[in-house]
Order: sequence, then C-alpha cells, then structure tokens
Amino acid sequence: MAVKNKKLNLKDKYQYLTRDMAWEPTYQKKKDIFPDEDFEGIKITDWSQWEDPFRLTMDAYWKYQAEKEKKLYAIFDAFAQNNGHQNISDARYVNALKLFLTGVSPLEYAAFQGYARVGRQFSGAGARVACQMQAIDELRHSQTQQHAMSHYNKHFNGLHDASHMHDRVWFLSVPKSFFDDARSAGPFEFLTAISFSFEYVLTNLLFVPFMSGAAYNGDMATVTFGFSAQSDEARHMTLGLEVIKFILEQHEDNVPIVQRWIDKWFWRGFRLLSLVGMMMDYMLPNKVMSWAEAWEVYYEQNGGALFKDLERYGIRPPKYQDVANDAKNHVSHQAWSTFYQYSQATNFHTWMPEEDEMKWLSEKYPETFDKYYRDRFEHWDKEQKAGRRFYNNTLPQLCQVCQIPTIFTEKDDPSMLSHRQIQHEGERYHFCSDGCCDIFKNEPEKYIQAWLPVHQIYQGNCEGADVETVVSKYYHIKLGEDNLEYLGSPDHQRWLEIKGLKPRASKPGSEQDAA
Amino acid sequence: MSIEIKTNSVEPIRHTYGHIARRFGEKPASRYQEASFDIEATTNFHYRPLWDPERTLNDPRRTAIRMQDWYAVTDPRQFYYGAYVGNRAKMQESAETSYSFCEKRNLLTRLPEETREQLLRLLVPLRHVELGANMNNSKIAGDAIATTVAQMHIYQATDRLGMGQYLSRIALMIDGSTGTALDHSKSYWMDDELWQPMRRLVEDTLVVDDWFELTVVQNLLIDGQLYPLIYEKMDEWLGEQGAEDVSMLTEFMRDWFKESLRWTNAMFKTVVAESDANREQIQAWIDHWEPRVYEALLPIANETTGSEVLDEIRAQFATRLDKLGVQGKGVQA
Repeated sequence: MAVKNKKLNLKDKYQYLTRDMAWEPTYQKKKDIFPDEDFEGIKITDWSQWEDPFRLTMDAYWKYQAEKEKKLYAIFDAFAQNNGHQNISDARYVNALKLFLTGVSPLEYAAFQGYARVGRQFSGAGARVACQMQAIDELRHSQTQQHAMSHYNKHFNGLHDASHMHDRVWFLSVPKSFFDDARSAGPFEFLTAISFSFEYVLTNLLFVPFMSGAAYNGDMATVTFGFSAQSDEARHMTLGLEVIKFILEQHEDNVPIVQRWIDKWFWRGFRLLSLVGMMMDYMLPNKVMSWAEAWEVYYEQNGGALFKDLERYGIRPPKYQDVANDAKNHVSHQAWSTFYQYSQATNFHTWMPEEDEMKWLSEKYPETFDKYYRDRFEHWDKEQKAGRRFYNNTLPQLCQVCQIPTIFTEKDDPSMLSHRQIQHEGERYHFCSDGCCDIFKNEPEKYIQAWLPVHQIYQGNCEGADVETVVSKYYHIKLGEDNLEYLGSPDHQRWLEIKGLKPRASKPGSEQDAA
Repeated sequence: MSIEIKTNSVEPIRHTYGHIARRFGEKPASRYQEASFDIEATTNFHYRPLWDPERTLNDPRRTAIRMQDWYAVTDPRQFYYGAYVGNRAKMQESAETSYSFCEKRNLLTRLPEETREQLLRLLVPLRHVELGANMNNSKIAGDAIATTVAQMHIYQATDRLGMGQYLSRIALMIDGSTGTALDHSKSYWMDDELWQPMRRLVEDTLVVDDWFELTVVQNLLIDGQLYPLIYEKMDEWLGEQGAEDVSMLTEFMRDWFKESLRWTNAMFKTVVAESDANREQIQAWIDHWEPRVYEALLPIANETTGSEVLDEIRAQFATRLDKLGVQGKGVQA
C-alpha cells in the first residue's frame, strides 16, 4: 500500500476494501480483543504478510452466488417435478446418499460454525474475511444438501432424521468426533485440520467421490449441487494452502507444531475416509473408480507433489503415510464387512456384491480381494441364500480416537488385526493403530473425554440396553425398514415397482435384480 | 382450453424430514423450514473446547439468556442462504447502477473541496464501525444456538462487510482510486475527537463475551440509533451542504436498515417475551449500553444535524424498545 497518487492495483485495492477497515485498537488491549490467538504456541510476527487467497468483494459474492443458486434450484425443482429418483442406476445407490446426509452434511454445518468462530478469532483482518466467506459457503452447502436430498427422503427410507442420528448413531461418531476435534482446537489447528488437511489434501477423496458417484448413477440433484459447489470448494482449497504457507513462513518455531497437526489430521482424515472407500467400492451400482485407484491418484501422486513442495519449509510427509498407502487395498473391504454384519444398527442397507461386482473387485484388487475377502463374502452370500443372513450381535471394541471398531489389519500382515492399548491414569484405552495411539498420547486429556457409542450403550445412556431399543428409540431408525439387508427391503420393493418388475414375495437373494 | 401433460405420478412415502414433521406436522415443508430447523448438533459432544473448557461445543450457556427452544426465534424474511444471496444480488445491482453513474459523471470529484472533506470526515469513517459490526456478528454466528438464529447473524456479518466496502468506495471515488482519501479518512477515525467516543464504544463491544448481549448492543442499540442518524438525518444535512448526490450511494444502507428491523424486532420481541429473567437481563444490558451509544453519537450530531435531532431519534428508539417489551432512556415521542 506504499505507492500513492497512483491508481491502486487489484491486490492493494482489495486490501483497502478488507483489512484496511481494521485499525490498531487503543481503548482495549489487542490481547483482550483476540484472546485465542496465542495459546497454541503459533507465532505470528506480521499479519500484513497474509496473502489474500481470493479477491471477492461482497457485492461480487452476492451476484455470483445468487446466479449459481438460481440455476441449482431450477434443477432441484425440475428433478422433483419429474420424479428424477426413478432415473437413477439402482435404488442401492440411495444408500450412498443416506451415508452422505447423515455423515457429511452435518459436518458442513459444523464447518459453518467453526469458520464463523475463526472468522472472529484472528487479529489479521484479511484472514478473518476469508474465513467468514467460507463460513457462509459452508452454511450454503449444508442447506442445499438438505434441499437436494429432500426429494429422495420422500421416496426412500433412512434419510429422515440426519442430524438426530449424527449426534447419536455409533458409526456417525466417526465423522462427528473428527469435526468436534477440530472445532474444539485453537484457531490455527482448526485451519490446519479443515482448510489444509481436509479441504486441500483430502477433498478429492471425500467430496469428489460422492459427486462423481452421483454423476455415474444418474443422480441429477446431487451432481448439480456438486458442480455448483465446485467454485466454492476451489476458494476453500486456496485458503487451505495459503494458511499453511503463511503459518510456516511466519516463524520457524511453528514448523514442529504444524508438523504434529499434519500428522494428526492426515491420520484422522485417512480413517474417516474408510467410510468413503467402502461407499465407492460397494455402494455405487455404477462404479467411478476403485478406492485404491483414487488413493493412488489423489493422495500418493497429488499429495506426494504437495509435500515435496512443502519440504522447503521443513515439513515432511505425514507420519504413517506408508501404513495408509498399504491399507488402500484393504480398508474398503474391511469396512464393508463390518457394516454388513452390523446392518441392524445403521440407517442404510447392506448387501453382498453381485457376481459381476465380485469380478470387478478381483480386477481392481488383484493382490488382496480374492486372497483375503472373496471367501468370506461368498460364504455370507451362501448363508443368506439359505435363509441365514448373517448379523453380528456383539458390540464391537471401538478405537478411542477415530471411534471405528478395531477392524483394520497390520501393515504387511492382513491376517493380523491391528490393536494397540495403553494405560493412562489407571484406565486402559484401546486403539486401532499406532496413528491413533500417537494422537492420544499427544493430548490424552482431550481423548479421554470421547463419547464412545458402545460404552455409552453399556452405561445405559442410550435409552435402552439392547440393540433393538437403542436403534429404534435412541437412533430413530426403524428396524427392518431403514436397515438390514437390501434385498427384500421396502426400498427394494418400491424400486421393483417403479421399474415395473414384480416384487418377490419372499426368500430374498435370488440373482435377478432390477439393475 | 387447457393442455394437460400426463405425468407418472408417484405417491411419496413421507412429505418431509422427521425433525421437520415433528415441528410442523407431516406435510410438505418450505425450503426455509428444511434449511433452518434442527440441523445443528445438540448433544453428545466429544471434547471440551480448548478455548472455553468450562462449556461444551454448541453450549446454550454461552449467553445468560435462556430459551426453552431457540428455534422459537425465526426470520420473518425467511432467509436461507439462497433466498439471502438472491435478495442481496438485487440490492447490489441497483447500488452498482448508482455507483457507476456517480463515477461516470464525476459527481463526487466535482464537489467543493470542503464538502469532499466533510464526507471523508463524517461519512467514510463509518466503514470502521461496519467492520466492528462484521466481527461481532461473526462471533455471534459462531456462538449462537439454533440455525434460525445463527444464520441471521452470519448474513448480518457479511452485510456489514459489504456496506463497509461501499463506504470505502466513496473515498476511492474521491481520491481517484489511489487510497489517499481512505488513509486520510482513517486518521479521523483514529485521532479526531469527534470519533473517539464511537471508536471506544466499538472497541468495548469487541471484548463482550456473551453473544446475546453482543447482539443487543450491536444490532439493536448501536444500529437502532446510528442508522437513523447517519443515513436519514445526516444524509439530509449533507444534502443541504450540496452533497445530495451522495444520497444515492447510501441508498443500500437505508434499504438494508429498514429490512433489518424486521428480523431484529422479531427476535428481541420473542426473547424478551420468553421470561421475566430474559426481560430483566436485556433491560440491564440496555441500561448499561444505551447511554453510551447516545454519547458516541452526540459529537457527530453536534457537528451536523444538531443534538435535538439525536434526541428525537432517541425518543423514537424508546418507542421501538417499548414495543419490544423493554425501556430506553429517551423521552418517548
């Protein structure tokens, strides 16, 4: 802003229209106005070094966003009017939406709350403004997702009480605890967690699979939302990269702190993505790509390049990324096996892959699928056809950090379940991995607070002692209607009717299907 | 004659989400309803915030105000995100027409030096007040309980940023986009006696922790008297000084304030009516802050419209408070 009497360039003009509205306070201490800026140990020496990740004044924002919204809602209206749900690939697809609406949409809302908060916490006005714009964008996403799914909710089960479920259902404590973790952290960790690790590094593995899944499966409402949100997401990613570079450039003491956060949030993100992995490999009737392929492209290649770029700041790739890379061939199968067994306690249906899908899995996972998973699936399939659909009625052991049942296996030894435990102040805690165990060790006082669904059921805090009562009363899930096996379910029956096929009277499991 | 398109009609199995049906009945719901009710997490939070370990995330105890159900506060404008940006896009379109018109015809640069100076001293420094309001509303949006409440405040936050930017553009028009007029105007905000009570007030709001107290101070007390004084009365006074063209550049603010009265009145009325305890708490905040707002506006009124105009505004404001179920210091009109 040094040059005067000369027309401002775009960058300086934007600064005058944002951060220059701030001033050095004299009546109150800066420390009192921004009390949360220091406690994490991050040192910011000069906020004026903040590079605005995008330059969007409010008038332009209103204009562009309103145009996008107008187009989006026109599609929603057309979709509903024409009963667009009848044109999807197969009703099994809707189960991916159930996972999305209960697992992801509430995170969009939590992101709104988190960004509104950091949009006030920083003393740098440039950063505040960028965060506030993300806050209102995230509100947009949470609301447009409600509207995009609204029509599906009218024709399928399991989408009917997403936020209620997000606060209570056992597997939804995986995404919920993830975001609670970020929101309860300080402002710099929040941005490292969400803007950088989540939005920048992992978004192509979360947001994109769902939206591409929608595109491949004829879901016009959701994919249109995806396209409409794309330019918002691009802004969020730019913010993510700017944040990390800014913190690292400000002070060398910040490097080890940020490294620890990157290690933590990479691992937490990777665990959360197990749910997306199983969605891609098992829940999409028309597959986009395999989880392993997605991981290779979006993490191993893109992430690899990113961390190469960050080397000059003294940042190395996340700890245990080798474990994660190895796990790409396993996690989706292990997760689907688990959800298949515990389908009595979910808001969506599960099923065994059909023969051509088994073939696809063998092709995509030549090293692992036939060797470790096919037999189990064929066995379950046989059992089901014999009228003995398998459900597991014992409650699983959950990891204290990621809250996923301890179902994953050791790196390089897929026959060995990975399990770690430690004593802390006389209590024993269980973990799925070294990654989660390390996270606990760094902040035990935080993770001992975790609301672990299985413990809570045993302690009688979920309106019942048996699964059936907990599921119906506490979760608001209708047993047999919203969950259990897909074949023969009300969703399946309705789909057959839509397609003009006769609903089968009994004995689900015969090979012919609507798809 | 009418044409009839045959469609494949399908009976829905339900009309709306369960949480919406529990509030409004099992019938088709509006977009506002599905976007705004019960989508915020309410229970089973995993970790206490490091920045406030005494309370949980989404803790209703971040304010002294108690509501049986915060969703009782609703927006008469029925703004969800799409409706909000749609509305503002229209408002900015007409603002843009005025700004381009002014710029093209050099309406501001043609003003006498003295008048331009008056604008930089009396009007443009309000961009800093807008930024304070932006910060306060962002905090409220982060702390508030219930989407119906939180979303109104994030819209308010971005509105304030936008209006701060419009005010800044007035100075950029005066200095030919060099930034010199903005620097100059900022020095009034920092050092001119005229602005110090206001700057002190704004800085004092920035350390208020209770989010509902903050919305009382910012969105009711400060805005409730500042907007009528500046954008109505001072606007007329500026007109008398030969700066009537500026009026078209602040039209957005007048329209905005008029519209904002709808939701602020509805919100405060509902919260005050909830209980005697709420009313007393809000009254205590009014008693504490309202005189400070008057003090902060007095030097500006003295310099422009005269203090009797401010007294008149204060009296009208007292009437407004009365309708909300609380009292102000002004002698009611």
